[in-house]
Amino acid sequence: MYDGYYTWMLVSASLVLLMTTPALALFYGGMSRSKSVLNMMMMSFASLGVVGIVYALWGWSMSYSSLSWAAADAENPGKEVAKLFASPFDQFGLSDTLPGNYVYVAFQLTFAVITAALISGAIADRVKFSSWLVFLPLWVTLSYFPLAHQVWGGGFLSNVPDGLSSLVFGDTDGLATIAPMDYAGGTVVHINAGVAGLVLALLIGVRRGFGKEPMRPHNLTLTMIGAGLLWFGWFGFNVGSLVFTSTDEADMLTQFTTETGLVWLNTTLATCAAMLGWLIIEKIRDGKGTSLGAASGVVAGLVAITPACGALTPVGSMALGVVAGGLCALAVGLKYRFGYDDSLDVVGVHLVGGIVGTIGVGFLSSTTGLFYGEGAKQLVVQALVALYAIVWSGIATLIVGLAIKYTIGWRIPEEEEVDGIDFAEHGESAYDFSSTSGTRSSSVLAKQPVSEGASA
Amino acid sequence: MKLITAVIKPHKWEDVREALETFGVTGMTVSEVSGYGRQKGHTEVYRGAEYDIALVPKIRIEIVVDDGDADDVVGIVVKTAQTGRIGDGKVWVSPIDTVVRVRTGDRDEAAI
Repeated sequence: MYDGYYTWMLVSASLVLLMTTPALALFYGGMSRSKSVLNMMMMSFASLGVVGIVYALWGWSMSYSSLSWAAADAENPGKEVAKLFASPFDQFGLSDTLPGNYVYVAFQLTFAVITAALISGAIADRVKFSSWLVFLPLWVTLSYFPLAHQVWGGGFLSNVPDGLSSLVFGDTDGLATIAPMDYAGGTVVHINAGVAGLVLALLIGVRRGFGKEPMRPHNLTLTMIGAGLLWFGWFGFNVGSLVFTSTDEADMLTQFTTETGLVWLNTTLATCAAMLGWLIIEKIRDGKGTSLGAASGVVAGLVAITPACGALTPVGSMALGVVAGGLCALAVGLKYRFGYDDSLDVVGVHLVGGIVGTIGVGFLSSTTGLFYGEGAKQLVVQALVALYAIVWSGIATLIVGLAIKYTIGWRIPEEEEVDGIDFAEHGESAYDFSSTSGTRSSSVLAKQPVSEGASA
Repeated sequence: MKLITAVIKPHKWEDVREALETFGVTGMTVSEVSGYGRQKGHTEVYRGAEYDIALVPKIRIEIVVDDGDADDVVGIVVKTAQTGRIGDGKVWVSPIDTVVRVRTGDRDEAAI
């Protein structure tokens, strides 16, 4: 049993890595303009580079290390702090991390990476690469790691006594009577990234020409490939998020062989329905179902099912998906009404989809949901958890965003933005369709001409 | 000698080329261009946001011919590129002073 499970976890971690590079980079890159596609893709790659290292240094420790700041007794004043934060020092650099937990470090590392990368879609085309590199470690430290700890690491949003749910509906046998449900990260990943995107888009301001110039996607084939790869990677994201409820080997085997199949199916069925839901809204509103709509509906469905994939029936997942696809298709228009430039719709897809999924559990959970005659308690808990995550992420992002705004600054100069951020920030162009575009000047590396076929 | 410039719908380009070849036109320069006339552009919708795309793609054909062939060539282009709908394009003829074939140095009629 363990060898199969261990293998699956390694595969899952690798699948989630695929979601950032290249899937998200392609999805976002295709939607941006041809003069800024490289910068867009680099923001995803940079997230992997920076957050990957930060996660191993103090991210894992801040999310899942023992609650040493609490010491779990009432007299210890650190206990309250430990509901919100785990110590960054306990397992700094994975010191004292049990070797058996390395696979979980790997799996969780990829979650932190993609969550931070998701934010980049809200601030496309206009942000200094250096500011993004500074933002990444600060934001995951203040927003992602604490929320991961609170939801999955035994903190305030989990089913611990004195957690948010216990404060409302009390405890049973030392655990919250109504356990908050977030299977794979509706709050920690999607609401968190969505709120951060909204705050940064407001703080950083609109792109030059926003709402006036056409800013249509430059390559929707990249976006379609990216959406398809995201779907594939999401099997690691959701199916790998299984947590055993028993230590008895026979029970674990039963859970592993039933829950993984259900979660895979729910993930896919919700996504199918969300794609159709988005296309139906487009057909009614705009007259045509678009490829960008299909790709966006896929992601909206994946986002919505993320917190719910372990709690719903397959038919319940379809219902959640079609609602999420339809609502997100409507929500992406809000930025024009309110005038914030969430360039690639991180808010409209991830924040709205994350809320739909997190709260949808309260309606559709087959064991505790309102639609299954189990009352509204789960719904209340889910709504409170979602609201809490919105507030936490909002405040944390505001702190980091303002700090960068008033020190190194966010924006590149106006003329560089108009000419294109790819050349301004990276000195490159994504596409060279002309054989007459220039001649090779002397290289910084080799003073002599490089001969054909010479090996480096 | 005349320079004939035709701007036509991209999907008509193969028909026009075949008809010109049959007539005996031996060479031409073709470019993918964009522009608009009375057709104007079109509207595209991305995630609900409408964009007016001003420029539509066209094919531009440039042919240099003897004076006597000019009317026939224009007639062939118009006949084969015509769909009868707005946006079919335009053909115009301009006089040319000199033509030189780069390989041989032949001039004017001998260079066509």
